[in-house]
Amino acid sequence: MTTTFSPQRFGTLLVALALLLAPLTLGGEEYVLRVLTVGATYAIAVYGMNLILGLTGQLSLAHGGFFGIGVYVVGLLTTDYDWAFWPSLAVAVTATAVGGYVAGVVALRTHEEYFAIFTMAMGFIIFLVISRWESVTHAHSGVSGVKFPEGFGAFDFSEPTVMYYLVLLFLLGAAYVTYAVRRSGIGRTLVAIRTSEDLARSIGVNVGLNKQLAFAASTTLAGLGGGLFAAVQGFVGPSAAGIDLTFEMLMFILVGGLGTVLGPVVGTFLVLFLFEFFQDFEAYRFLVLGPIIVVLVIFAPRGIVGYLNQFVGRVRSRGANGSRNPGGPRGDRQAETTTDVKEAL
Amino acid sequence: MTLLEVRGLGKHFSGLHAVDDVDLDIAEGRITAIIGPNGAGKSTVFNLLAGFYRPTSGTVRFRDRDITGMSPHRTVAHGIARTFQTTKLFEDATVLDNVLSGRIVRSRSTAFDAVLRTPRHRREERLNLEKAMAALEFAGIAGYRDEIAASVPQEVQKRVSIALALATEPELLLLDEPAAGLTEEETVGFAQLIRDIVADGVTVGLVEHRMSMVMSLADHILVLDHGKEIASGAPAAIRTDPQVIEAYLGADHTDQEGAG
Repeated sequence: MTTTFSPQRFGTLLVALALLLAPLTLGGEEYVLRVLTVGATYAIAVYGMNLILGLTGQLSLAHGGFFGIGVYVVGLLTTDYDWAFWPSLAVAVTATAVGGYVAGVVALRTHEEYFAIFTMAMGFIIFLVISRWESVTHAHSGVSGVKFPEGFGAFDFSEPTVMYYLVLLFLLGAAYVTYAVRRSGIGRTLVAIRTSEDLARSIGVNVGLNKQLAFAASTTLAGLGGGLFAAVQGFVGPSAAGIDLTFEMLMFILVGGLGTVLGPVVGTFLVLFLFEFFQDFEAYRFLVLGPIIVVLVIFAPRGIVGYLNQFVGRVRSRGANGSRNPGGPRGDRQAETTTDVKEAL
Repeated sequence: MTLLEVRGLGKHFSGLHAVDDVDLDIAEGRITAIIGPNGAGKSTVFNLLAGFYRPTSGTVRFRDRDITGMSPHRTVAHGIARTFQTTKLFEDATVLDNVLSGRIVRSRSTAFDAVLRTPRHRREERLNLEKAMAALEFAGIAGYRDEIAASVPQEVQKRVSIALALATEPELLLLDEPAAGLTEEETVGFAQLIRDIVADGVTVGLVEHRMSMVMSLADHILVLDHGKEIASGAPAAIRTDPQVIEAYLGADHTDQEGAG
């Protein structure tokens, strides 16, 4: 790896440090810690949305629904069926992975806006099942008493700080997967599909299969986020599967930056912070949030992280321009340069 | 030896016979051109060979394997690459990343390899970078590697699209009007690039409007009109074929020589 200063690496470090140190600086502010933990479970699901929307370019509006499946699988198994948390989470993750793959078979026969409409219908059906199937899901009474994860040795997850770090660990995993995928042939495959399906086909990409795998991976992360959310909240209702949630997640990722590694976490925490900040305004808070998002979409359509990356990329290419010689070979430059520039995209 | 053998190929779009009963043999190591007036079905033939369209009749055999109706991701894996008439690139990505995408079909590592950074994954990424750089150098555009594809000149974009196709390691490269929109001088450079590709062991199929380029490059020419073969043979024979002359002069065809 290069030893030169990399703004991206610095940014990553900064975000990581902020998240790691947050509980220490809060000094027992339980409420804020809880908001952060819930935010981290959302962020995990938003990383899933990033895979299908940010990298593959398919707007899936079933995401809140799959988050809800994760929530309810863990919620119901740990209460009505008295399962332990970890096996319940494993079932939630498997169910959303398989469910996503199977749903993808049908959903991905549609394209673009039809895919969006189809997945929105899918999300709505999931919501309807959860909010109406009273004998199983308890409908609007919700599920209470969801178990905390069983601890290992000294780690007691009923302790809010410990639970926060557990969720953070999963969040880190989701971010790392995004990072690794983006730098690999898999990432190139997905981005190729996003940019031009025809061109992707012409270079031998199996567009259908890859879209389907990306969709399944995205619903899996939604299920994982949902399963953790259930444990953090303890009490869950149908709103954890609602279409509103899908659009909130969409807002998180648009603000943070589609397709970027840090976008989901930055966007989620920033918007949640604004939500909390303007909480007293209740429904009127959208009067403030709305214009902020409009301004952001106009001036930074790639989101905050996308904007910063673009800025860094521009500064860097200006530096490179000085010694540039378009005709001549530049093979002596390190491969790392390329990946850095790629991160700027 | 015949690399690609086409027999009785047909494609009907709801009543329209875009391609009708076409036979074609593409000889290995040669340049085979398809010419014809606008709308003669040249690009449709390419789309049928590369698997973008499913033929309504006929067979396509590649290295004696039946590939009729095979989807594009499989024809590419078998060794058929193509470029498009209107240059298609991953416009937001760098030139190098574009060409690296051509390596996807030759890569075996999975998402798990990428996440776990297995030795296979690292070895493959290194190999892909080497191969992509080799394709860029071959196309004479290595100096543009870190430029964004949309921002480089049109001629360079066309060379990127060829480098991208070459990165898939094809045995047969189908070029759909590679010189469209180029100046006379640039066309000469492209003709040389196509000769280099053949010298490197890749068989070339060519759809082209510019007669001068086709006549100087092609070993074998197939002439289509209204989806049907009207002549087939060596350039010298095609040049004097009365049916070809009639198709070109009789049809409402404006020669695009030198124009964009």
